[in-house]
Amino acid sequence: MSRVLVGVKRVIDYAVKIRVKPDKSGVVTEGVKHSMNPFDEIAVEEAVRMKEKKLASEVVAVSCGPAQAQETLRTALAMGADRAIHVEVAGAEYETLQPIHVAKILAKLSQDEKADIVIVGKQAIDDDSNQTAQMTAAILDWPQGTFASKVEKSDGGLTVTREIDGGLEVIKTKVPAVISADLRLNEPRYATLPNIMKAKKKPLKKITAKDLGIDLAPRIKVVSVEDPPVRQAGSVLPDVDTLVAKLKEGGHV
Amino acid sequence: MLNTIRLLVQCQNKQYVLEQIRCASQVLPQLSAEKYNVKRKDFATVQSSDVNFFKTILGNERVLTDDNDVTPFNIDWIKNCRGQSKVVLKPKSTQEVSQILSYCNEKKLAVCPQGGNTGLVGGSVPVFDEVVLNLMLMNNIVSLDEISGALICEAGCVLENVDNYVRERNLIMPLDLGAKGTCQVGGNVSTNAGGLRLLRYGNLHGSILGVEAVKADGIIIDCLKTLKKDNTGYHLKHLFIGSEGTLGVVTKVAIHCPVLPKAVTVGFFGVENFENILQLYKSAKSSLGEILSAFEMADRDAISSTVKNLNLPNPISDYPFYVLVETHGSDEGHDGEKLNRFLSKEMESGLILDGTVTSEPGKMQTIWNLRENIAGAGLRHGYVFKYDVSLPQKHYYELVPKIKQRLGDKAIVVCGYGHIGDGNIHINVTVPEYTREVAGLLEPYVFEEVSALQGSISAEHGVGFRKPHYIHYSKDRSALQLMHQLKTLMDPNGILNPYKVLPEEC
Ligand SMILES: Cc1cc2nc3c(=O)[nH]c(=O)nc-3n(C[C@H](O)[C@H](O)[C@H](O)COP(=O)(O)OP(=O)(O)OC[C@H]3O[C@@H](n4cnc5c(N)ncnc54)[C@H](O)[C@@H]3O)c2cc1C
Ligand SMILES: Cc1cc2nc3c(=O)[nH]c(=O)nc-3n(C[C@H](O)[C@H](O)[C@H](O)COP(=O)(O)OP(=O)(O)OC[C@H]3O[C@@H](n4cnc5c(N)ncnc54)[C@H](O)[C@@H]3O)c2cc1C
Repeated sequence: MSRVLVGVKRVIDYAVKIRVKPDKSGVVTEGVKHSMNPFDEIAVEEAVRMKEKKLASEVVAVSCGPAQAQETLRTALAMGADRAIHVEVAGAEYETLQPIHVAKILAKLSQDEKADIVIVGKQAIDDDSNQTAQMTAAILDWPQGTFASKVEKSDGGLTVTREIDGGLEVIKTKVPAVISADLRLNEPRYATLPNIMKAKKKPLKKITAKDLGIDLAPRIKVVSVEDPPVRQAGSVLPDVDTLVAKLKEGGHV
Repeated sequence: MLNTIRLLVQCQNKQYVLEQIRCASQVLPQLSAEKYNVKRKDFATVQSSDVNFFKTILGNERVLTDDNDVTPFNIDWIKNCRGQSKVVLKPKSTQEVSQILSYCNEKKLAVCPQGGNTGLVGGSVPVFDEVVLNLMLMNNIVSLDEISGALICEAGCVLENVDNYVRERNLIMPLDLGAKGTCQVGGNVSTNAGGLRLLRYGNLHGSILGVEAVKADGIIIDCLKTLKKDNTGYHLKHLFIGSEGTLGVVTKVAIHCPVLPKAVTVGFFGVENFENILQLYKSAKSSLGEILSAFEMADRDAISSTVKNLNLPNPISDYPFYVLVETHGSDEGHDGEKLNRFLSKEMESGLILDGTVTSEPGKMQTIWNLRENIAGAGLRHGYVFKYDVSLPQKHYYELVPKIKQRLGDKAIVVCGYGHIGDGNIHINVTVPEYTREVAGLLEPYVFEEVSALQGSISAEHGVGFRKPHYIHYSKDRSALQLMHQLKTLMDPNGILNPYKVLPEEC
């Protein structure tokens, strides 16, 4: 049976309205509600289901970030992960933390923890990079099954159904492997009260990138973050004729 | 089809848009006048000269007379009532409302004031050919005092839009209800809407600071103060709060907005039986105290039919009863500690069987969404008889099993849900289609039962068209007489929302 390592990132909750900082260096995060990246929830759910199906022996959740990343790890523990590793990255270093760094951290931890499968979300909804799974696989030189909508165990390896443009692709990989979770992989559960309580007592280890020997010097410089163009306000039209006229005017019919 | 597009343009909230499309594209409900055997009162009928006059005030675009255009304004949200109005007017200012009413009063044309048309007692649609006066274009926010929290807005502002506006300024609207994406502040005031957070922020009679309204004769009554305290003379604004368009048309509202809570948490629990819900409520009040902002319940049928009909996720497993607890506070740590203590205690005691708790906005929304959609879920099955009653908490749930037994297999679903904290239960009875037989089994039975338990036959939805003849179950004769006198004083020709609220005689 295998050990599954799951990456979970703390991001601004998807239901919160995003505000760009006045100096365009990023978005406002202070005083803003954060939650686990939704694709990472799917990753955790998949790992926990593997354990429930006795396909995995242990689920280890990893989060790289400031102290509050522990809340996200507690959520993963409440969903069913067995233990958690918090790789503390705070302050300015966290602001420039990039997929390459996270991939290196995950790769190193996978080796240290003797993981057989790494599952991460296909992307984080804040930076939308969609790179961590691929880079982790490259660093480890493991096979990868990205955008997974179905993962099954098959003779010594995994059968992964991938969501690709206009359809599905089924691939087989050997284990160890890296998987990235797409939206339709599963519907993540809500942590139940007893599990929320239990999660408080599950082991959570704190380490630093330095402990792992990983250099966090930024490789990418963010030049500017801009708001998307404001959508034109809708308008209420008095009757069908006016609507039809407007549609014609705009060349829509 | 075109009709559908237009509705899409007008409405804000997906869920209700779907419902309205259904109502526009399906078989029309029976005419209210026939269904309930009502006699038209002696009002004038709209002539082309009247339409022309309206057009001189509003222009051509804001006077709807085409049948297709007018139909949706004649049908209420639950597709129970259908009026026969030929004209819909959409004023943009208080002045225009005043001119319209003064004209109608003189000509003895009856008028039906209409907001978001989400009312559940048939008050918002005409019965015969009353002129529909729809406030949707009076949708400007006039001012917001960020220090006192006093907001002034026009009556046609959609509740959710105003809430979003004040939220960006760290305030919230003191009321919240499932229809927020469509209902209007003027409609909320006119129905004295209660909703999901009454427990915490109180009744609109407390939050409304001022009202501007137009009387039947067109005279504008300016009580639009933003003061918390104003003891100069009679408190006239209260006459317009909850009078359901029968005493005047509300055109502007001043409302007190509480601060946006910094910490919000929602718990959703399974509970074994109703008695345990009451115990849990008592415990929540004492453990959570000032941070408790909502305490809602729903029975198994309410949740399972909503999950099934609207294909929504249920975040927890199947239980006989469900409770939703929300806290609003100013300190996450402090609130979290209180909540944890409460949860540990009640998990241990067994009052809470299981459930989930979250302060992630997305997850909280999913939970609230399930609760808020119960109201409309039954419409997918057919016709829904809706009861909205106040009962002493110990009798809160008694009626549901009684009704279930009384109707047997005539009903598809009989479910109960509502605001435990306010002693207000909603009972929805879903049947394949409206029949007099079922109606006869339910009414006046339900009202008699409520009256015997010293409850109110309408806790928050009002009296509207559907309940005037039952109002005596909850109001004393002396009170009804004074209501009639007030009506005569404020609207001597009775043009404002006739056939509604007041019983024919008392
Ligand atoms: C899904 C759903 C959930 C709901 N939940 C709740 C709830 O929790 N609590 C609750 O109290 N209600 C609830 N309701 C009922 C309804 O939404 C409220 O009564 C709401 O306040 C009505 O607002 P409206 O703008 O839609 O008014 P309408 O339905 O248009 O009108 C309601 C009444 O007010 C009159 N009126 C409207 N606007 C004015 C005006 N400007 N001046 C004078 N009279 C006017 C109408 O003539 C009518 O009598 C719910 C309805 C739905 C569909
Ligand atoms: C030391 C002091 C402190 C005060 N502090 C405050 C304060 O903080 N806030 C505040 O609002 N007021 C305050 N007041 C004013 C006063 O106490 C209040 O207005 C109080 O509510 C009056 O109650 P009362 O029974 O003395 O009424 P009265 O003084 O007897 O009557 C007041 C008015 O009410 C009428 N009235 C009395 N009883 C009835 C009845 N049963 N039915 C119909 N009409 C009736 C009377 O005709 C009269 O018009 C204060 C007064 C004092 C002396």
